[in-house]
Amino acid sequence: MVELKPGARFQSTVCTTQVIVVKGTGETDLTCGGAAMVAAGAVEISGSPTSDAADGTLLGKRYGNEEANIELLATKAGDGSLAANGEALSVAEAKTLPASD
Amino acid sequence: MNIMMLLEMAADGLPDRTAIGSLDDGLSYRELFDRSEAAAARFLDADLEAVVLCDESSAAVPVALFGAAWAGVPYVPLNYRLAANDLLDLATRCGRAHAVGDAASAELLDQLDAVNAEPTSSFMAVASPRAATTWSTNPDDVAVLLFTSGTTGVPKSAVLRHRHLVSYILASVEFMGAGVDEATLVSVPPYHIAGVASLLSSIYAGRRIVQLAKFDADDWIDTVEREGITHAMVVPTMLTRIVDALETRGGDPILGLRSLSYGGGKMARPVLQRALELFPITSFVNAYGLTETSSTITLLGPDEHRLAQYSDDPTEQHRLSSAGRALPGIDIEIRDDHGKPQAAGEVGEIFVRGEQVAGEYREQGSLLDDDGWFATRDGGYLDQDGYLFVQGRNDDVIIRGGENMSPGEIEEAILTHPNVRDVATIGVPSREWGEHVVAVIVAGAATPDPEDICALVRGRLRSSRVPAHVEFVDELPYNETGKLLRRVLRDNYAHLGDADG
Repeated sequence: MVELKPGARFQSTVCTTQVIVVKGTGETDLTCGGAAMVAAGAVEISGSPTSDAADGTLLGKRYGNEEANIELLATKAGDGSLAANGEALSVAEAKTLPASD
Repeated sequence: MNIMMLLEMAADGLPDRTAIGSLDDGLSYRELFDRSEAAAARFLDADLEAVVLCDESSAAVPVALFGAAWAGVPYVPLNYRLAANDLLDLATRCGRAHAVGDAASAELLDQLDAVNAEPTSSFMAVASPRAATTWSTNPDDVAVLLFTSGTTGVPKSAVLRHRHLVSYILASVEFMGAGVDEATLVSVPPYHIAGVASLLSSIYAGRRIVQLAKFDADDWIDTVEREGITHAMVVPTMLTRIVDALETRGGDPILGLRSLSYGGGKMARPVLQRALELFPITSFVNAYGLTETSSTITLLGPDEHRLAQYSDDPTEQHRLSSAGRALPGIDIEIRDDHGKPQAAGEVGEIFVRGEQVAGEYREQGSLLDDDGWFATRDGGYLDQDGYLFVQGRNDDVIIRGGENMSPGEIEEAILTHPNVRDVATIGVPSREWGEHVVAVIVAGAATPDPEDICALVRGRLRSSRVPAHVEFVDELPYNETGKLLRRVLRDNYAHLGDADG
């Protein structure tokens, strides 16, 4: 379990994926590649994603849950896929704001 | 959270795409990242309180910005046009600083004991990446200090922390959302909030940045063609000059530019209407924001512009005078003098709230209230559909016979005259009324009859708003980032007042 709050950064222990929390608060079972994610820092990557969580995480994409109370932004891509409290997170739709500066 | 995260993602995702400069000799995202690291390594060796940049736009601007962010030191761009004494004053307020500037500024700033200054050319010559320790991810670290232009007094330094800038980018820009052929032309100077925001937005979007060292309308038009520019942001005075230059060249439309955004001051409607014709297929965006809000908080989009251009419906036409609607995650509220929220259509002060809203000055601390609201000191109103109409600074309010009137409201009415190109209204001292209204007009093809101007205001607004004097000038005084210098006008027309002192 990790403590979600906007701005907090987490990394996978089984692939190169890193995320920053855009939305979400509180104790959450956050996994990537089937393994619990940890606070970003100098953590050794070992093992590999489990086969049911190996669809990959894409750089710069936002991942959210069904309830839309969790949103993560992938700051580093990796082979594992993300889940929160057992629910697989899916890519949130791109925003279409026009460029203003 | 650190703005370095934005550059690192771009360098990971698009290492070889050109980040800044021409396609043949620009810097790629990876090269920009490496140069920022080399700069950070040097900044970290010194014990700094600021990284100062005092020069025109160049690739050194993002290197200094990101190098400072990496080293955990505030980045402070200064106006290289300031008089020597003013520049020294501001640099002194920065404390122990490394300064990068044009030859003259570098020599000047190096006189200060606390400042180590070098010319931009030597700063950019240090290219070999030297490993720097990783950057701080404390979201409360100060990323940028921007001095206000000081049009109303001593410049204050607005504080923008990493969380404000990163929130703004994540909420408004899609990562790598730009196509490989896209390029943006930055013509605002580095010390303007849009000069900071445009770098962050474009880098995160993966859109190549082309900079104009300093704005010139013909240079702007030529650069758009030469560099295949698809996006640009200008302040209103720049758009006026671009429209004039295009008409001087024969009025051929520009077709390559996909998006043109403008903001940072009042846009004269007749100029905008001519621009919509000269850029017939360009998407126009009007952005309203402040330094203290990390740039844009509301925007009027492309569809609303074209609808207004071609519509017969007065409400839709009138939207051209609007700053548009709030960005996602931004709350806007209009309040009266007693802090009471106003209904749609009621004029008051614009308050704003959101993750990107900093609302802090180094000299005064945070000005946000307990619920996170920031008073913009701009007056305006929201219409039924949430479109914001900005009517100018509250400091510019004209008080006539105890009645507060916003110059913007009177100017908006006068601008509907076909032969008014630009207008400013000011108050001058009046024995009878406290102040009375003076309208200073830049005429179009023919000089309008002052009686018609007064009749126009009388017809659209209350008679108290009717100018006591209508004056004509060739040009209104704007500063280089498009802010109208009402103070100069008040001085120039003080003789029209009839109150003693």
